[in-house]
Amino acid sequence: MIGPEMTTKIVARRANKIFPSVAGPVTAIRDFDLEVAEGEFVCIVGPSGCGKSTFLRILAELETLTSGEVRILPGADPSKPLNNVVFQEYAIFPWKTVIDNVAFGLQMRGASKKERYATADEWLGRVGLRKFAHYYPSQLSGGMKQRVSIARALANDPEVLLMDEPLGALDAQTRAVLQEELLRIWEASRKTVVYITHSIEEAVLLGDRVVIMTAHPGTNKAAFEVDLPRPRTIKTSSTAAFAELSGAIWEALQDEVRRAMASQL
Amino acid sequence: MKRSVRVEASGQSGSVQELWLLVLALIVIDVAATILGLWKGFWWAILFVDFVLIVMLAERLEGRIALRHQESYKRVLALGFPLLLLVSWELIVGAEILSPRWFPPPSRIATALWDLTVTFDRFNETSLLGRPWLIPSRLSSEGLPGVWALFQESHLWATLSRVLMGFFLGALPGVLLGMVMGLNRTVRMMLDATMSAVYVLPKIAIFPILMLIFPNPFGEGPKVTVVAISAFFLVAISTMAGVRGIDPVYLQAGRNYGANRLQMFRHVILPGALPIIFSGLRLALGTALIVIVAVEFVRAQTGVGFLVFYHWQILVTEKMYAGLFVVMLLGVLLTYALQLIERRVMPWSE
Repeated sequence: MIGPEMTTKIVARRANKIFPSVAGPVTAIRDFDLEVAEGEFVCIVGPSGCGKSTFLRILAELETLTSGEVRILPGADPSKPLNNVVFQEYAIFPWKTVIDNVAFGLQMRGASKKERYATADEWLGRVGLRKFAHYYPSQLSGGMKQRVSIARALANDPEVLLMDEPLGALDAQTRAVLQEELLRIWEASRKTVVYITHSIEEAVLLGDRVVIMTAHPGTNKAAFEVDLPRPRTIKTSSTAAFAELSGAIWEALQDEVRRAMASQL
Repeated sequence: MKRSVRVEASGQSGSVQELWLLVLALIVIDVAATILGLWKGFWWAILFVDFVLIVMLAERLEGRIALRHQESYKRVLALGFPLLLLVSWELIVGAEILSPRWFPPPSRIATALWDLTVTFDRFNETSLLGRPWLIPSRLSSEGLPGVWALFQESHLWATLSRVLMGFFLGALPGVLLGMVMGLNRTVRMMLDATMSAVYVLPKIAIFPILMLIFPNPFGEGPKVTVVAISAFFLVAISTMAGVRGIDPVYLQAGRNYGANRLQMFRHVILPGALPIIFSGLRLALGTALIVIVAVEFVRAQTGVGFLVFYHWQILVTEKMYAGLFVVMLLGVLLTYALQLIERRVMPWSE
């Protein structure tokens, strides 16, 4: 899967996560393996509650691993942060203006005001929010908030971008617009991305590879290379190749979805 | 006739005839009541009917008012109602339907307020505002500091200084302890039950203990302290709730973007808890005012609470009411000041 010319950026080997609970330990992730190359866009798809978000949070060091190995390999520049997360709930700070939110990571790392505002301004320009730099998040729509959240992550220039269903809370039209924006931004920067979603179409549209996770506990089910040509746009999703691949992925996923639904009854 | 269903029963615009009909009904009812001599026994019922009619009238008027005048319309309602209340009070007492002894008319209360300001009372060499008649001479001899010293002798300042000092002495450590309790599980588990128990204790009840503790039981010490203690618990508990109530996703975002402990506090925890801290401060300020008035009833020779109680004792009711009015005014102004601070500290919440 990973050619000799590509360097590995993320490694997960036999990753296990067990949550203690009053009813006994619950295995959220069992023996999950993943390898992501530098500059690769990997989407993890699975039924809801399969532990894909938990895996992302382990990658982000917001959650500890019970056993196994999960690692992001540092790059040449040790001052760069290893990862930054774009949260589903945006998680941009309501008490900070848009530009202060975008500059947050840089501020935490001690960048001067001038420096971090310059970077933040540049990213606001790229997500089309320059006019709203001094607005507070409460004055923005959901789509704009998520743009701020994405700009905040990218302005911090992490080795790896972790996205946890970032468009899940948006309406269909806003989602389509943001998917195109993400494609445009990513194809320009080629940052390593792990992208969690429950939408097969989104995964195929955005990703280089789609990894399918089983439910209860979450582990590897299958992986699909997405060899659709880039640059992609929303139009890509109306091609025959796109439909074929989405169908194949759904074929692999549907048993898991049914199993997950049955276990919730 | 087509009518849209509305949840709120206001804003339907009535026809002009409807408006005139309501005005007519108001006049007819009041005049008839006067002719029949019903005011004496049924003043409350007539006022109630008047009130209902006025509400109906205002509701039908609202829809006819241009959108750009809506703000001033709201202000007229908000200020017009108390004004109407005062006028009715004045008239009802003037007609001796209610005893002017127990319910002195607003005009006499206003005069009493002026009296309190410009005259001494028997025990104190001071008035509500100090001795304002000395302001011109002090201003020329000592300048502004002289005027300030004059004001510091006043009843108003006695109450205000106790409230402000007690409030700050209680609120600051309250915020600190609340923060620690919010952030540290062990401290919270140790203190929570105790705090909740002490919280419900009426703080005025510990005033006697404070008078025992302080070397001068009749000085400012116990008074300020009892206010501080009341504010302390309220602020501590709401600060803790504010810290605990921060959405964990903000803490995760802070961590993920590399905030260290101090940055986490400065950029995430403090601003995240501020809205609840401020609602605690508002509560504490109101409570501080209640407590200080109660304390001044019991044991004080100065202060607005003292004025109220003293004039109850010598049965000068209009001055008693004037004192109550000042307490009310203090409450409104202090709350307003806190709101101004809040808006400055939390510009995002508008």
